[in-house]
Amino acid sequence: MASLVIADHNGENLSDAVAKTVTAAAGIGSDIDVLVAGDGAGDIAAAAAKLAGVRKVLHAEDPSYANLLAEPLAALIVSVAGDYDALLAPATANGKNTMPRVAALLDVMQISDIIAVESADTFVRPIYAGNALATVQSNDPKKVITVRGASFKAAEEGGSASIETIAAADNPSISTFVGEELTKSDRPELSSAKIVVSGGRALASSENFEEYIYPLADKLGAAIGASRAAVDAGYMPNDYQVGQTGKVVAPELYIAIGISGAIQHLAGMKDSKVIVAINKDEEAPIFQVADYGIVGDLFKIVPELQSAL
Amino acid sequence: MKVLVPVKRVVDYNVKVRVKSDQTGVDLANVKMSMNPFDEIAVEEAVRLKEAGTATEVVAVTIGVEKAQDQIRQALAMGADRGILIKTDEAVEPLTVAKLLKAVCAEENPDLVVMGKQAIDDDSNQTGQMLAALLGWAQGTFASKVEHIDGKLNVTREVDGGLQTVSLSLPAIVTADLRLNEPRYASLPNIMKAKKKPLDVKEPGDYGVEISSRLSVVKVTEPSQREAGIKVETVAELVDKLKNEAGVL
Ligand SMILES: Cc1cc2nc3c(=O)[nH]c(=O)nc-3n(C[C@H](O)[C@H](O)[C@H](O)COP(=O)(O)OP(=O)(O)OC[C@H]3O[C@@H](n4cnc5c(N)ncnc54)[C@H](O)[C@@H]3O)c2cc1C
Ligand SMILES: Nc1ncnc2c1ncn2[C@@H]1O[C@H](COP(=O)(O)O)[C@@H](O)[C@H]1O
Repeated sequence: MASLVIADHNGENLSDAVAKTVTAAAGIGSDIDVLVAGDGAGDIAAAAAKLAGVRKVLHAEDPSYANLLAEPLAALIVSVAGDYDALLAPATANGKNTMPRVAALLDVMQISDIIAVESADTFVRPIYAGNALATVQSNDPKKVITVRGASFKAAEEGGSASIETIAAADNPSISTFVGEELTKSDRPELSSAKIVVSGGRALASSENFEEYIYPLADKLGAAIGASRAAVDAGYMPNDYQVGQTGKVVAPELYIAIGISGAIQHLAGMKDSKVIVAINKDEEAPIFQVADYGIVGDLFKIVPELQSAL
Repeated sequence: MKVLVPVKRVVDYNVKVRVKSDQTGVDLANVKMSMNPFDEIAVEEAVRLKEAGTATEVVAVTIGVEKAQDQIRQALAMGADRGILIKTDEAVEPLTVAKLLKAVCAEENPDLVVMGKQAIDDDSNQTGQMLAALLGWAQGTFASKVEHIDGKLNVTREVDGGLQTVSLSLPAIVTADLRLNEPRYASLPNIMKAKKKPLDVKEPGDYGVEISSRLSVVKVTEPSQREAGIKVETVAELVDKLKNEAGVL
């Protein structure tokens, strides 16, 4: 059983989610290669080669891979797929964008967002916003899989895989990168942070996020998250959304502030180790999943909490 | 241009589904069904393209049970021009949906397919990308903005680090994310008018696509439930618990 893990990166660093995907791949079989495609991605390939358990890194360089657009990347993955029984990518925006395209080109069904590997062909994945877990067996000759990072430990460093340069595939040339607007932050990355402080609609403005949420997060060395309502209202950028259709997190500590606890939000954080809820409504559903709840006005409680730390 | 909008009938987003005790699936008896919320956003986008004069015709299509007509009627009430129901009682996987949609595209020749990024029942987030692959078209997934510029489509996408904009050759596939637009409610007169709009009923066989499953469901189980914890009275108590009981600070 040989697996190929498709590396996600931002052009500079290997995504943390790749090491977690390697762990998922190890549940399928021990021959694990990593594909790094990019434009000037030598350092990223070197980082992938250091992951324990990796046999070989395939490194493809081409300007068309600079932003990991799905059309050229899927063509590349398909060009090397013949050697592998399983193709895995983290269920990041890039993974979710590219892998179904790969699956369809190979005429197989993707197994999305797995949270456990039962055997080489059987996997567990959440459905209905995590209200049910489906164990599915794939009858396809090749498995195309996306992996939920929050459910797997990262593979350690300490490997020394060889790096093999491979040829770029023909670019279908139907899509081009125009630009990006990335959120700048010195805080830990939301998907892998140990502590997440999340704010909801109750914050009522982006200024209040700055005044109440940012200082608390900084005191805790935490990442910041938000509910859909807070993102829709423009209090926080889209990449802060936690939930069924946003990011899935499982930190040691998740602090939900002024968030009601809709099922779509819970889907993204209910596997956190410890959950704290601050909400003025004692009936709010968030309290049903919180280890520690405090009923009251966040505008009073959050500053108190910050100075008590 | 002509726009095709695939819509799926799913459990309403407000319903908390229950797993069946025999572990074969979730209990859908007497549960409220609706159009997948992302597909409402897709319909809205297509209708806006028509209102802006960019689109000439909007066709809604669904693959599902007889009752999925309701979701087509909703799309028609929102402003789509006509509908297609591909009727089947079987569960259809995204790959098969994509193959059926490809066949519909061969018949309808749309310039653009706008669909949801994810169905909130299977949470697959695959079908649009698969359809793009099968057609050899470009894909603009997780879209929060779509602009038609000089014969190309500029799509702004919600990605992990923020927003990314790509330019796509047409024809193309767009999958809608939450912030693409706010879908309208259909007005009563439009709901009445929708009843008279054309709706074709077809079967998978009409498109030469066989419904086969690549994934077999071994079992469906309930996730481990979290126990509600305790309520603390003061911030001092909270900090103490986090430090000394939970050990997370
Ligand atoms: C297709 C679809 C996908 C979705 N995906 C997601 C997703 O990925 N993530 C997500 O989060 N949501 C998602 N949602 C939305 C979800 O259903 C809820 O609408 C959303 O989570 C609500 O956000 P909220 O808790 O911030 O707002 P509300 O539900 O409005 O809750 C605000 C809370 O703040 C409390 N409050 C108000 N004032 C104060 C105060 N001064 N002090 C303390 N507490 C206060 C209130 O008691 C209330 O509980 C999705 C919905 C749909 C239909
Ligand atoms: N049975 C179906 N009929 C019509 N459209 C569908 C169907 N299944 C999925 N889709 C479309 O594909 C999108 C993504 O679904 P999925 O890949 O299942 O998460 C949905 O938002 C719909 O637009």
